[in-house]
Amino acid sequence: MDTARLIRRDEFTWEISPRGKMRVPAILYADEALIRAMDEKVYEQAANVATLPGIVRAAYAMPDAHWGYGFPIGGVAAFDPAAGGVVSAGGVGFDISCGVRTLHTGLQRPDIEAIKPVLAEALYACIPCGVGSTGSIRLNAREMSAMLTDGARWAVRRGYGTAEDLERIEEGGRMPEAQPDEVSDQAKQRQRDEMGTLGSGNHYLEVQHVARVFEPAIAAAYGLQEGDVVISIHCGSRGLGHQIGTDFMKKMLASAERYGIHLPDRELACAPIESPVGQSYLGAMRAGINCALANRQILTHLTREVFRDLLPDARLTLLYDVSHNTCKLEEHVVDGVPRRLFVHRKGATRAFGPGHPAVAPALRAAGQPVLIGGTMGTASYVLAGTAESEARSFGSACHGAGRAMSRHQATRQWQGRQVVDDLAAKGVLIRSPSLRGVAEEAPGAYKEVGAVVDAAHQAGLARKVARLEPLICIKG
Amino acid sequence: MMSWEHFDHGADIGVRGYGASPAEAFGQAAFALTAVITDPATVNPKVAVHVACEAPDLELLLVDWLNALIYEMATRKMLFGRFAVRIAGNTLQGEAWGEAVDRARHPLAVEVKGATYTALRVEQNPAGLWLAECVVDV
Repeated sequence: MDTARLIRRDEFTWEISPRGKMRVPAILYADEALIRAMDEKVYEQAANVATLPGIVRAAYAMPDAHWGYGFPIGGVAAFDPAAGGVVSAGGVGFDISCGVRTLHTGLQRPDIEAIKPVLAEALYACIPCGVGSTGSIRLNAREMSAMLTDGARWAVRRGYGTAEDLERIEEGGRMPEAQPDEVSDQAKQRQRDEMGTLGSGNHYLEVQHVARVFEPAIAAAYGLQEGDVVISIHCGSRGLGHQIGTDFMKKMLASAERYGIHLPDRELACAPIESPVGQSYLGAMRAGINCALANRQILTHLTREVFRDLLPDARLTLLYDVSHNTCKLEEHVVDGVPRRLFVHRKGATRAFGPGHPAVAPALRAAGQPVLIGGTMGTASYVLAGTAESEARSFGSACHGAGRAMSRHQATRQWQGRQVVDDLAAKGVLIRSPSLRGVAEEAPGAYKEVGAVVDAAHQAGLARKVARLEPLICIKG
Repeated sequence: MMSWEHFDHGADIGVRGYGASPAEAFGQAAFALTAVITDPATVNPKVAVHVACEAPDLELLLVDWLNALIYEMATRKMLFGRFAVRIAGNTLQGEAWGEAVDRARHPLAVEVKGATYTALRVEQNPAGLWLAECVVDV
């Protein structure tokens, strides 16, 4: 991105001033190197988001922002329903509530070293992943509706996990006001055999170790120490969420004109929050969030079964579960006045600071854990939400490394087998049904996650707490 | 010239089909969609699935057509390797031939979540050739 088109507010804050139909500025958080490397499309898309009705304060882009659909990936925008604010299916994305959860194991790295290949095979055998994979759970209409209403709480009721897990999931594991009736039969049909599946693309289950702690006090509050073995699961709402996205993009595109909304890009399809289409989408999207929470809960259960058999001393407890693609009703103080806003986070993580009532009591003093997924060859990070992020980005931070090159470029540059062998030589075991998928997801195809995390830290969006490095990666 | 190809999109991938008519270009775009997921040459056209769509214009019809195929692939756990498309006004009738996913024979890359309105174009070039393209989310 050409920095000449931006006003630099401070070292990590860049502004696109309102022009044309923009109602508010767009604010990008990143260091100069990341801004220069950022796609020009992020400029265009952030500026487009700033034109939408009812947007409050600014359209934001996180340090990992890249070219998305309508919204940039790494985009945050809040809308006021009382000011004609909108909800956008494109602003949430196809993979509703795609997110990351991290589990403690109570083990240290030497505890698993000898058994690593066996553990990798067992996880690969038990976690359904890749194109066309199915889970063993089949839901009838009534159970589907219960799952979509209660999310991870439904899963725990069915024996997939414990009540303690729920305290460490956003919204206590259940997104309120979900409306399963607003989810199409096609979306439910797509989910029929996909409960408890990982998916493909950038989704994964990793066994990791805590390679470095940056903030010992917060790390202690999160239960993390150097050498600990943890597990991170990255996946979303599977076919159900994808179909909700497809269904409502179409509906919102058709209704936009009726609602007098000018769309600079069809992908920004949206509807007033207070309209029938807007309310219908919110009900369906919340059901999609619950599907993702239930799905990650079931995958947690499957992981626990593997560990119970192979490493009976392990205790898999949940550190936290975050969602990346959501629209949530939250209270934020704007110009000294508390307002209830619908905050879209598209490829962005909620990052509430210390003391925020939405954070689980056990973690509240430290701030919300922000789990940043990296690549299978580099690292992931645990960050903590800050009080400043409230004023800077409606309490939001980055979500991952972001791709540096396309899938095609990646397959031209790497062979899947070679990536697997190279990583094995470094002590990282990859198990995947797809060598082409591994090549497309090669670590070198992503930006340096450390640079993204440092920028988020320095911009005050979240504090860097710990670095996690992969030992085993199950890749869809 | 190849009658379909992929084009780059930052995180995802674009599918593009060419043809003497919009219908032919749509069929080739569907072929490009399969190529995102696997090598289309490995898919045997054993079973036919019928698809019908309706949309206000040709571009939205392309998105609907690809999304209908994504839905059929996802729910039937199938891959498609041959297509026939008929377009009349705002409606499309299509056939997709394929078979069940078989990990032993189909080199799988990634599943497709949905077709998007990003980089969406259906148009005829000055030489009369039709092009149909959009980005798909993977």
